[in-house]
Amino acid sequence: MTRTTLDLWVGFFVSMGILALIFLALKVGNLGGSNLSEPYQLTARFDNVGSLKVRAPVKSSGVVVGRVGAISFDMATYEAQVTLNIDGRYQFPTDTFPKILTSGLLGEQYIGLAVGGDEKMLHGGDTISKTQSAIVIEELIGQFLFNKASEGGTQ
Amino acid sequence: MTASPANFFRGLGHRVNNGIWHLGFASRFFLAILMHSGMAFRRFHLTIREIYSTGVMSLIVILVSGLFVGMVLGLQGYDTLQRYGSSEALGVLVALSLVRELGPVIAGLLFASRAGSAITAEIGLMKATEQLSAMEMMAVNPIARVVAPRFWGGVISMPLLAALFSAMGIFGGYLVGVLLIGVDEGSFWSQMQASVDFREDIVNGVIKSFVFGILVSLIAVFEGYDSEPTAEGVSSATTRTVVTSSLVILFADFILTALMFRG
Repeated sequence: MTRTTLDLWVGFFVSMGILALIFLALKVGNLGGSNLSEPYQLTARFDNVGSLKVRAPVKSSGVVVGRVGAISFDMATYEAQVTLNIDGRYQFPTDTFPKILTSGLLGEQYIGLAVGGDEKMLHGGDTISKTQSAIVIEELIGQFLFNKASEGGTQ
Repeated sequence: MTASPANFFRGLGHRVNNGIWHLGFASRFFLAILMHSGMAFRRFHLTIREIYSTGVMSLIVILVSGLFVGMVLGLQGYDTLQRYGSSEALGVLVALSLVRELGPVIAGLLFASRAGSAITAEIGLMKATEQLSAMEMMAVNPIARVVAPRFWGGVISMPLLAALFSAMGIFGGYLVGVLLIGVDEGSFWSQMQASVDFREDIVNGVIKSFVFGILVSLIAVFEGYDSEPTAEGVSSATTRTVVTSSLVILFADFILTALMFRG
């Protein structure tokens, strides 16, 4: 008799614990919903990826359409090579223009896809070389100072 | 007082020796538990009884403290985040700090003081009243019959308790952040989901709590088994369980964090 109530309590405890784990996985973590369905891979070359991280989102018009799969350095061209895993539901024209953007002022970096007007679509394994790099604040300041200096020279 | 430095070094040497002796005995004891844990799974009702006394009985303290830790995190986090105009990131702050650190660590500390001390006292008292020797006389291995079920009960309970602690804490943060202060509910959950990674954060947190469960349960059963069979010995073994497990949890947490989240 006592053993059945004990079993009941232990079962209650274990199921509560498992429910908590499921809650953490689905509601708190990104296990549900973010899995890409039949992703295909595109490669994009950037002069500078800034602080882009693996698993950063790839967005088009603000909608997450994929995730960054890998970031590596190409010794042949001295460029950063970023593999994008794009959701198979979405197709993009061949003149799509990937840009490295920052969400908010201090947010994480992500890749924004500016869609072109070409009728041909990108397929898995294609490489995009027309890209826009991450903005590096030192270069911006340097450019600003250089412009100021050249303005001063003409006056 | 010429003898005092010699005494000091003698004492030091004795302590070091004793510590190493303890460590070796604990490792051998751990192996013995693993080798004799067949019974704990074959006669699983023994382990279920221990899950009841360690897990279910710790439920209230874990749930209540989880709720309050989450509520405090909500208040403090909001206070700091709103200075930078990013109070919507409250969900991220509460969830990440609970899932990665506070859930496993505080649940482990509570588990050590609520369940670990009870295990030590129980086994120590069994030793003091010579129940363990009586079992050996009846050809029942006390490690298989008494120690292994308690060990596995603790190991199974601890990750579940840590998950409940984290879930309850996030609920507490939600209560304070969204219902009391009025952070936007949508961004509270969506920013949390965007930043908390399943493999990186949640699975690592579960691994941590699992490791803490093994450590605390091992220390608890070992101190009980190793205690001097007197009333005084049992009481000092119970104290040692709580102190050693707390220190070991925090130390192991540092090591695990350094291994997991360095990237």
